[in-house]
Amino acid sequence: MLIDWFTVVAQTVNFLVLVWLLKRFFYRPILNAIDARERRIAAELAEADAKKMAGDKERDEFQRKTHELEQQCAAILSKALEEAQAERQRLIDAAHEDAARWRSKWEETWNREYQALSDTLTRKTCAEILATARKVLSDLGSTALEAHIVDVFIRRLRESDADLRLQVASTPMDWTIRSAFDLSLEQKKNIEQALGANLGSDKPLRFVIEPSLIAGIELVVKGQKIAWTIADYLTSLERDLEVLLKNQAVAEHESQPKPET
Amino acid sequence: MHLSPDDIIFWDYGFLKLNATIVYTWMLMLVLAGGSKMVTRKLSVAMKRSRWQNFLEIVVLVINKQIEEAGLRRAHVYLGFLGTLFLFVAAASLFTIIPGYEAPTGSLSTTTALAICVFIAVPMYGIKERGISLYLRSYLKPTPLMLPFNIMGELSRTLALAVRLFGNMMSGTMILAILLSISPFIFPVIMSALGLLTGMVQAYIFSILATVYIAAATKREG
Repeated sequence: MLIDWFTVVAQTVNFLVLVWLLKRFFYRPILNAIDARERRIAAELAEADAKKMAGDKERDEFQRKTHELEQQCAAILSKALEEAQAERQRLIDAAHEDAARWRSKWEETWNREYQALSDTLTRKTCAEILATARKVLSDLGSTALEAHIVDVFIRRLRESDADLRLQVASTPMDWTIRSAFDLSLEQKKNIEQALGANLGSDKPLRFVIEPSLIAGIELVVKGQKIAWTIADYLTSLERDLEVLLKNQAVAEHESQPKPET
Repeated sequence: MHLSPDDIIFWDYGFLKLNATIVYTWMLMLVLAGGSKMVTRKLSVAMKRSRWQNFLEIVVLVINKQIEEAGLRRAHVYLGFLGTLFLFVAAASLFTIIPGYEAPTGSLSTTTALAICVFIAVPMYGIKERGISLYLRSYLKPTPLMLPFNIMGELSRTLALAVRLFGNMMSGTMILAILLSISPFIFPVIMSALGLLTGMVQAYIFSILATVYIAAATKREG
């Protein structure tokens, strides 16, 4: 017989005891441990979720604040840029104004200096021309020219104004004949005769050599004079040149454009 | 040569006897219960735990999952009975690697005892789950004419459970014994390894069939 019923009963009991033992020492503790761990994990997950939610909330708040801050920064930056642009424009305008003013001043100064230099040059040129002319005429001075000069002087004496002649004749002082060159005796005699004939005077004459007269001769009596000298022509020419330069300068100054403001 | 470990009797007194089946069963019980107690004595609920605890948790969870997959929703209720069935049969096969040991499941008495336990557990769980009238009415389905066939089916499947396990386990032992007498050592070793695999498969088959029977008995008709 393959089945021993005592063994069957014993094995049934053994199996039921084993079921009880394993439930007691195996399944229940293991399942309890697993459940406890699952509860713990669930609690940790819930805590993590709560922290995550709190973190999300804080992150959202942070993002919102960051966004607001960025907007404020952008607004401030925009305002600052506008102000900087306005300030820049103002400074550029001021700089333009300053530059225009300085340019105007500079041009004015330059023009003035140019004018002064031009005037100086003109004057020097004129003086040089005159000096050259004087020198040329002095150098050209010769006996024949001096004789001509004396003749011209005598003719001028004759043709001089009657009042002037009367005024000169009535002067009690000595008469002085000044000449740029040494007069010969004949020339002195001709002059004395001419004076006697035209002014009716026989006063003694005093002859003086005056090189500055430049090929000329003159009679000087108490502030009055009858003369013919090249120096007079040159002086007259110089006066005319000065008047001309002055008029030209005035005309140039008036023709300059006004600086922009 | 012994056909069953029942034949190895250590002590007897009248109808009481202490044979190898009972002794080796006690040994298995001692190892399973003692080992469980040792491991579960200091269980950790934290994430860090011992390797043995990990192993036992895996075993419990795998059995639990298998029971759920077989159709029992509250698996933890049946875990004690079905899990013990599997572990007992599997351990009985596994211990055949110990020289001199004979699997208690190689005894028809043991497999009959286990089949009887299943035979009793099935209606017990069915009545507990559905109530006695509903459970008994299930024997009249689909028609009352099927009642004798249903009862015969209950008995025959219990017999089949017992004989299947006994046959498989006994045959392994028998083949091993026969091969030892006619062939060198290497071949029996291979057969022994194959026997281990067969034992595991039989443990699975036995417990999963019991699960299916209980699931069928406790199934509420929608």
